[in-house]
Amino acid sequence: MTLLAVHDLAVARGGLRTVEGVSFTLAAGQALILRGPNGIGKTTLLRTVAGLQPPIAGRIDMPEDTVAYAAHADGLKGALTVAENLRFWSRVFGGGDLAPALAAMDLVALADRPAAALSAGQKRRLGLARLLVARRPLWVLDEPTVSLDAASVARFADMVRAHLAAGGAALIATHIDLGLEARVLDLTPFKAKAVRAARPAGFNEAFA
Amino acid sequence: MSIWEYANPVKFMRTSGAVLPWVVAGAAVCTVTGLAWGFLTPEDYRQGSTVKIVFLHVPAAMMAINVWVMMLVASLIWLIRRHHVSALAAKAAAPVGAVMTVIGLVTGAVWGQPMWGTWWEWDPRLTSFLILLLFYLGYIALWSAVEDPDSAADLTSVLCLVGSVFALLSRYAVLFWNQGLHQGASLSVQSGERMSAVYRYPLYLTMLGFGLLFLSLLLVRTRTEIRRRRLAALQAREMRA
Amino acid sequence: MIALLRRDLSLAVRAGGGFGLGVAFFLILCALVPFGVGPETSALQPIAAGILWLGALLACLLSLDRIFALDHEDGSLDLLATSPLPLEGAVAVKAVAHWITTGLPLIVAAPLFGILLHLPGAAIPSLLVSLLLGTPALSMLGAFGAAVTVGLRRGGLLLSLLVLPLYIPTLIFGTEMIRRGQDGGDTATPLLFLAGITAGVLALVPFAAAAALRVNLR
Repeated sequence: MTLLAVHDLAVARGGLRTVEGVSFTLAAGQALILRGPNGIGKTTLLRTVAGLQPPIAGRIDMPEDTVAYAAHADGLKGALTVAENLRFWSRVFGGGDLAPALAAMDLVALADRPAAALSAGQKRRLGLARLLVARRPLWVLDEPTVSLDAASVARFADMVRAHLAAGGAALIATHIDLGLEARVLDLTPFKAKAVRAARPAGFNEAFA
Repeated sequence: MSIWEYANPVKFMRTSGAVLPWVVAGAAVCTVTGLAWGFLTPEDYRQGSTVKIVFLHVPAAMMAINVWVMMLVASLIWLIRRHHVSALAAKAAAPVGAVMTVIGLVTGAVWGQPMWGTWWEWDPRLTSFLILLLFYLGYIALWSAVEDPDSAADLTSVLCLVGSVFALLSRYAVLFWNQGLHQGASLSVQSGERMSAVYRYPLYLTMLGFGLLFLSLLLVRTRTEIRRRRLAALQAREMRA
Repeated sequence: MIALLRRDLSLAVRAGGGFGLGVAFFLILCALVPFGVGPETSALQPIAAGILWLGALLACLLSLDRIFALDHEDGSLDLLATSPLPLEGAVAVKAVAHWITTGLPLIVAAPLFGILLHLPGAAIPSLLVSLLLGTPALSMLGAFGAAVTVGLRRGGLLLSLLVLPLYIPTLIFGTEMIRRGQDGGDTATPLLFLAGITAGVLALVPFAAAAALRVNLR
């Protein structure tokens, strides 16, 4: 079953095209790793797939309510405890139990601690545990392993593997090797080219 | 051939460049003739020579409202059909409308002083124009605060929509709040003759002149905005290359 | 939606949530006014209704930028936008949470502060009703302003410039209602206008605010 099909996608950041002509599909049980130098538009592409911004060109096909998105910011409230933060997102996404999510990211001992008292890595783990309670089939992850230690990266890789085995899919922008059975898509060849001729377009070219 | 073709920037630049000199000339002729004619009209038996400020006051006040309506229409076109020229025209119109509002307020104060014995009166019409000025200022401030041009166009358009509803609402709320001493509309189709023809014809001329003046300022400013966007695009390309 | 409301409320009452700051600001304002205009009843009574409404309005304004700014910074807003909650609903809920944490305490405190300003007892019921009907509109319009300015630097000042003109009709009918209550006049007309504005604002503004949020998220 295909969860996500991207056709000839072009995205823009700050009014400038970053990548264009990107096409890929993602079926249940598959993961796709996005690679490419800084500024190529990985984050923009992921935000577009998550539906946070419209594509400049091309098409994204997927069923409704498919995506669970996780980015640099974890969406945590420092004044709430770990369990409260997780419970909130679980309720919003109509989702799953807290206990397995806490266990998967080794947060059980921290459950009653205010999120403000967590270290950066622990916050990250809580942000990733949110994916489990969201119960969405497609995970769209932007540099998920930032500030995680080696053991936590391994835990995270296990979590993704279990998600894929259960019929999920994942689209991940990362620079480290997670040891996943995953295809890799390098965005470098898709870098948007400068507009060719200046004359014919004239004043129209200023408007993407 | 549809009217939307003029929403194409190239086409707009070509057409507006061709008509601009004529519009400017028309605005100059109408405004200057109208104002001079108005200045030569006889003095009003009740208001004396102060009545002559009507030739600035009424057209400016009329344009203050019309410009906002034009911005509302342009914003709707942008939100529905995504024509960039429309959004830029709304942006270009706002400062002109704000200045028209200020002219209306200042000439009103200058007129009100000898008539009512005070520079400022919290009369419903004056108050409504002051509120309109606040909406203009908010709109202009929002345009200048948002960096991404398309986001700015979207946000200001939504603000213009909400603002239009509330400007209208405020207009009636203010009527409820204070019945004023402003004279009724000077020109009105339904209520028959309020103003003698001596004043009416030069007033029509200045109103036409102000309309053309706005049109020429709008064209010039929209052309500037389009050029600015193109410049930004060229610079961005330069940086990337 | 209930979960979002509960989270926003519990965030507001916990440490650093700023709950009660609005009322404190309201108190300070009402305490300062007599220093400005003089302590005589003849000076205070005619302006009491206006000061109370202006105080409520400014106290409400003070906390508006928190409606979305914090959620924007920590990424919650992105996650909410990808959640099954319609963004319009999320906006409305956050406005309701803002009203409960700022509007409601102001309404409770207003009669006390009315005494400070020598507001006659006869005007207290219309004061309460006008605030009860009017402040939800203030919160919802404020949420719209906050949605428009959420990603901007120096958004706070711009927020006031955008939102305050939208408050004019509510302010006019609110104070008019108290004034009429004070003089024993007919309060039904301003009451209906006030209720009508609030109902219209609650029904329509969430859509405008959600549209503005979507623009600011991309």
